[in-house]
Amino acid sequence: MSDHYEHQGKGRDVQKDMLAAWYKRLETATADGRKVAYLFVPGNIAELLRVFDIEVCYPEINALQCGIKRTSQSLIMTAEDMGYSSDVCGYVKNDIGLLSTGNKGPFGGLPKPDLLLCTYCGCTTFIKWFEQLAEYYDVPIVMLDVPYQRDGSIAPGDVAYLVGQLREIAGACEKLTGRRFDEARLAEILKLSAEAEDLWASILHSARRRPSPFDAYFEAVFFMAPIYALRGTQECVDYYRIAAAEIDERLRHNIGPVPDERFRLVMEGPPPWPAFRSFWELFKTWGAVSVASTYSKVGGFWDRGFRHDPDRPLESIAEYCLGCYTNQSLPMRSGLIRSYVDEYDADAVVIHSVKSCRSFSVGQADFREEFTRMRDIPTLLVESDLVDPRYFQHAQLKNRVDAFFEALEHRRLIGAPAAGAAAPHAAAPHAAAPHAAAPHPAAPGGTRA
Amino acid sequence: MIVAGVDVGSTATKAVLVDDNGRVVARALSDTGANVVRAAEKAFRMALAETGLEEWDVGYTVGTGYGRYKVPFGNAQITEISCHAKGAIALFPGTRTILDIGGQDTKAIRINELGEVLDFCMNDKCAAGTGRFLSAAADVMELPIDDIGPVSLRARKALKITNVCTVFVEAEIMNQLARGSSVEEILAGVHASIAGRSIGLMRRVGLEDEITFTGGVSRNRGMVAALEGRLERKLNLHTDAQFNGAIGAALFALERATHGHDGDPAGSAAAAGAGPAAGAAPSAGGAA
Repeated sequence: MSDHYEHQGKGRDVQKDMLAAWYKRLETATADGRKVAYLFVPGNIAELLRVFDIEVCYPEINALQCGIKRTSQSLIMTAEDMGYSSDVCGYVKNDIGLLSTGNKGPFGGLPKPDLLLCTYCGCTTFIKWFEQLAEYYDVPIVMLDVPYQRDGSIAPGDVAYLVGQLREIAGACEKLTGRRFDEARLAEILKLSAEAEDLWASILHSARRRPSPFDAYFEAVFFMAPIYALRGTQECVDYYRIAAAEIDERLRHNIGPVPDERFRLVMEGPPPWPAFRSFWELFKTWGAVSVASTYSKVGGFWDRGFRHDPDRPLESIAEYCLGCYTNQSLPMRSGLIRSYVDEYDADAVVIHSVKSCRSFSVGQADFREEFTRMRDIPTLLVESDLVDPRYFQHAQLKNRVDAFFEALEHRRLIGAPAAGAAAPHAAAPHAAAPHAAAPHPAAPGGTRA
Repeated sequence: MIVAGVDVGSTATKAVLVDDNGRVVARALSDTGANVVRAAEKAFRMALAETGLEEWDVGYTVGTGYGRYKVPFGNAQITEISCHAKGAIALFPGTRTILDIGGQDTKAIRINELGEVLDFCMNDKCAAGTGRFLSAAADVMELPIDDIGPVSLRARKALKITNVCTVFVEAEIMNQLARGSSVEEILAGVHASIAGRSIGLMRRVGLEDEITFTGGVSRNRGMVAALEGRLERKLNLHTDAQFNGAIGAALFALERATHGHDGDPAGSAAAAGAGPAAGAAPSAGGAA
């Protein structure tokens, strides 16, 4: 980033360093006598583990790191050589490939788990995944049964059901570490979680501004890493202060992720990690910015007001587990996406459906149908995968994305008769000035018909 | 003024020249093959030769299709989805739904009265229901691709072809042949199978009258019969239907030449500098 700005680029750089340090700690955990728990991102119970100083390790994050660093394909094929079917989730195969080749990833070595915490069972694949790890590592597996929000909200009794299980998990942690479950310490940790969550929520909300100061999908995936890896620590709070300063600076200077914001999108589904940049480029080219996304909420709905609560420690953790995105019913999910369209004044919805994750992709074709037919929200559905590059076909995707924006542009011009029928494609050309040197001034509302 | 549209498809490359009344004055077709640039140039020159015009007589050229960025003489690139909409409304002004079946793509497009795309859907990750599916069937039967439609029309009933895979369908056809089924009935089944998938695709965008059928497969009478039979209505068919994408591209070219718009927004932005947050983009993501 240029010399013009004090804070730009820090949100990404600092998070990168923090993740590297976290992985370093994981690599040396066993040698240093620290215990490690493997768990899942959706509705994770990191705070409870921190009470016992147990390190958290997320196989999903390990897999996506391999995707970003483009080592996933050979790992996936290693698992397929072992007999895993091409239909099995890419995250799982990536992980199996990793452990059968020495558990060394682009992030360093991974520790052997001392405890496998299957903290989200809305995805049955997760259960099978950890059952295999339990057999491979010969370590205990502890299930946390999190019921779906089957009736459109958290059912009465579910919180108490979860709290009971959380106490059992605390008991398992006591046994593992030989330490007492200190509820006062849990409250302190949750206070730090809530502080970081406040800051992260304010960053997410900043995308309501036009132009949006940040991309709530393509940038959010990096900004959100510490809220999963390090939530409940002071360094996590410090990180979100740094990130918030970067966003504040963008707001002050009226700058955003593209030189000229022309389309505002709500994104649904995880990104294709091995092709992350080229996928982002498909949208940037059209001046499209994601103003809200569901993927950035897989771990929780801080933007919708959820906070871990030091006064109701286990209850709020239970609500967190029950509230995660993939735990919601399909009408809740489509309602959420629609409400993002309104709240963030979006032009369209883009659904990236991934072959690996059925928890995510179930219902997406129906979402598209509902949005386009019943709600008049232009919606594009494209398909690839989150870690398996064999499913990412650039030419096909580009064709669909370009056609979608061509149609959006038409639609906009129909709504603005002055510019309309005469020259269907004569939309404002993109600013071509390299933006690092000179920030583009915002044109509030200027690009919207 | 003369303008051009060049549609570089996966199987065939189509070029048309259009005059300033939007009338098609020349058309040419060549195999795309491995050298996309050469295919585009070849089709373009063939169209020129038909009229006796020279390259410099062409005021504006729009490239479309998968190879649209490989049309070296193109002024702009527009996806074939937009171009098919533009072309179909010109061929049949009442068009509201377009079914385009090409070599590797089947697309259903719903448009408004201005020819603007309201919604579209394409086959994903699979060539089932495309021209390739038909050519796989033709190969097994050792029949020229142009014959399989008429042959299928001679069948008294259509066999059920359950396989949707372009590769495995060959095995299924072999199996049917081994069991003594007639070539006619098998081919009728193949056409019915594609018709079923195509109609599903159209239903996803909304099946509205009138339906215009375009792309290379629209020349196949067996396919037309299978679709019309199942839909219980007539499709709009045109002798230029295979050129529909190129015609749409040429009509866009005409609009742009007339209104002085240079290049499409996406194309011009591709070279534009990235924003500050692009500076903040993950370096870990690697190059595209």
